[in-house]
Amino acid sequence: MTINLETPKKFDMLINQAHQVSTEIFRPISRKYDRAEHEYPKELDMLASLIDGMNASGETNTGARGVRRKSGAQGNQNGSNMSGVLSIMEACWGDVALVLSMPRQGLGNAAIASVANDEQHERFDKLWAAMAITEPSFGSDSAAVSTTAVLDGDHYVLNGEKIFVTAGGRCDAVVVWATLDKSKGRAAIKSFVVEKGTPGMVVERLEHKLGIRASDTATIRFTDCRVPKENLLGSPDIEAEQGFAGVMQTFDNTRPLVAAMAIGCARAALDEIEDRLKEAGVEPDYDRPAYTQHAAAAAYLQMEADWEAAYLLMLEATWMADNNQPNSLQASMAKAKAGRVAVDITLRCVELAGSLGYGENSLLEKWARDSKILDIFEGTQQIQQLIVARRLLNKSSAELK
Amino acid sequence: MSGRNRRGRDAMGVGLAAINRLAGAAVIDRLKLRKPIERAVFEGSKAGFRSVGAANRTFAAVQKRNRPERPGPAPGRDLFDLTPTDEQKMIVEATREFAAEQLRPVAGQADTDCTAPDTVLKRSVTELGVTLVGIPETLGGLGAERSTTTGALVAEALAHGDMGLAVACLAPAAVSNALVLWGDETQQATYLPAFTGDDVPAAALAVVEPRPLFDPFELRTTATRTPGGGFRISGTKSLVPRAATAELFVVAAQLEGRPALFIVESGSKGVLVEADPGMGLRAAATGRLILQDVDLPAGALLAKGDDSAYADCIRLSRIGWAALVCGTGRAVLDYVIPYVNERQAFGEPISHRQAVAFAVANIGIELEGARLTMLRAASRAEQGKSFAREAALARRLTAEYGMQIGSNGVQLLGGHGYVKEHPVERWYRDLRAAAIMEGVVLV
Repeated sequence: MTINLETPKKFDMLINQAHQVSTEIFRPISRKYDRAEHEYPKELDMLASLIDGMNASGETNTGARGVRRKSGAQGNQNGSNMSGVLSIMEACWGDVALVLSMPRQGLGNAAIASVANDEQHERFDKLWAAMAITEPSFGSDSAAVSTTAVLDGDHYVLNGEKIFVTAGGRCDAVVVWATLDKSKGRAAIKSFVVEKGTPGMVVERLEHKLGIRASDTATIRFTDCRVPKENLLGSPDIEAEQGFAGVMQTFDNTRPLVAAMAIGCARAALDEIEDRLKEAGVEPDYDRPAYTQHAAAAAYLQMEADWEAAYLLMLEATWMADNNQPNSLQASMAKAKAGRVAVDITLRCVELAGSLGYGENSLLEKWARDSKILDIFEGTQQIQQLIVARRLLNKSSAELK
Repeated sequence: MSGRNRRGRDAMGVGLAAINRLAGAAVIDRLKLRKPIERAVFEGSKAGFRSVGAANRTFAAVQKRNRPERPGPAPGRDLFDLTPTDEQKMIVEATREFAAEQLRPVAGQADTDCTAPDTVLKRSVTELGVTLVGIPETLGGLGAERSTTTGALVAEALAHGDMGLAVACLAPAAVSNALVLWGDETQQATYLPAFTGDDVPAAALAVVEPRPLFDPFELRTTATRTPGGGFRISGTKSLVPRAATAELFVVAAQLEGRPALFIVESGSKGVLVEADPGMGLRAAATGRLILQDVDLPAGALLAKGDDSAYADCIRLSRIGWAALVCGTGRAVLDYVIPYVNERQAFGEPISHRQAVAFAVANIGIELEGARLTMLRAASRAEQGKSFAREAALARRLTAEYGMQIGSNGVQLLGGHGYVKEHPVERWYRDLRAAAIMEGVVLV
């Protein structure tokens, strides 16, 4: 029990591994797959096996699957939520889109780790799972799910269309949000693991995007798609609000992960601009007042400060998760700050680097395109602010819309 | 006006200037042509005042040790943890209570009076022991190891009550902390005993100078060596808390091209003090310290002029200011939440509108981010790790968002925020200080 905001030594090896992967594998192929949108980055298969091996041998799970909450531990814990964001952050310093394309590291895996029971967790752990929430008729309003799931014998029958499914084309399975009974509202929304190849599930198309082009974004249609009923994650009962709270709990775990992506991407841009500015004869000095320095140095110091705040908010949210403390507020704070800071930083770095940063010879322009999605998916900036505001003001979603 | 306003005085301007002079003339008052105006207490009575430094107690080395006493660095920690120690929890709880019961109720009046009530200053010593936290037990204090975090938590908790009063209470501790960290055995023996008793002298760490783009690493206050081995120091320091009553100063001055810290007793010849009231922090009774060829003994130089000690002093004081902003920023948040929930407009609480609710959310987000950054800097400092980067970032965030929070605090209350019935206008003025102040507090 002493205030300390450094990360423990036991994570150093993990972070270093992620860094090596970033430098030696992601960066060299970063531009290639940005240009070759929809082409599968085959380099990642071997890497995924390597990471699986690391997970099997190490004391903690890395990345998306590390968010499962364990109870019973005594005293202050720095666990897999924290190591998860640290490794994701480091990997996204390499390339966000490639991380999103990492087999078995999908946000669906985080959802499974968050809400599955032990039997399901065991059964689905080896799958690469994508997350399917958004539909053509809604985005942020996730309670508006119109994909239906109707129990028929030992199966649920799914009907509906899901869009913006990250890794939806390449994954092994999709975690689909569907409603058991639209008239019962949020409580009736459940998540289902639907494996690829299930009849009635069709990947219709892939999107062309502003950034994260190495990551495929799919539209998936479910037509009388029969899913074994034991693939429903969590409890099948429709308990008032309980059920929705269950699926929403996923976000408390995944939002710090997306914050980590933003923080990693922003750090890449900051590191790059620091080097470029140095070549131009500008070196920020931490001790001197910002306004007595070159304007570019002052801009760098402000960016670095905002980055630090986002980084520490992310660590706080995961530290709370590791210690079984409710962290919805902190997870949303981290996501809000990291999302907007990443966009601001990457865009400012392009501006500071001038035509050098705008051109495709540098990765700065790519990071400025990649970062924008991080302020949108897993809850937009505005949704995070709503959540933070409701918590601080003690307002319901009916009062503060 | 497009671009810079370059208009000069024309015929109309000359006429207006004449009318203005007439309007200000005393003859109008004699003829009772003007309603009596309320006199601004401080401006009227003190702004023109300049005096020699406060009457000085005699500082003399009593029991000198063979070497200076300094708290060692706190043991290194491995795990990330935001939980304070039990001791810190107790200290912070007591400080919060003090801030809520002793500072907040008198803050408005202290702001108007431009001075902190003596009773408050005394109680901060006798009830809280603000100076004791940083002084080692062997020298009569409470500290065993470096406790930057405790210092920061105390500053934060005090500033939740009132920033100006917090600065007034903490000013002597900055001097005693400087003596603990950088004083030699003679300096410690001479000055520290006064800071461990019940009658702690007013004292101040004076760094800021009155000029734009002030840089604490390039000072205009200069010290030169004198033939007897002493120093002669000249220059002007601004926004020095409790300047008129302070008996002891630690003053930053350039020595041989490098910044250094000097102990200056207020009774020294050539020490003048002038009122320097600011936009805020008025309860801290800020003044200018004017040094005119003040002769100092050889023992006045702290840390033998080591510039890494000076840099640490600037950084630690920035952490202190960041902590103060976190406290006052939190006060803003705690104040606006019930207000926007209760205030009705268009048939519902204004907090039901996103424009209002998001402003509150952003206060919460930026405050938490800045606070964590401040705590990281403090924690690194006490563990003996490098902290220049972290202190700078904490300062940047509190300078930027502290002011934004102060501004939004007023904005959320609308016209009510602008009047003195509510404390947010004072917090707005106080929070502007965060980006400007150097020195003054030391954690």
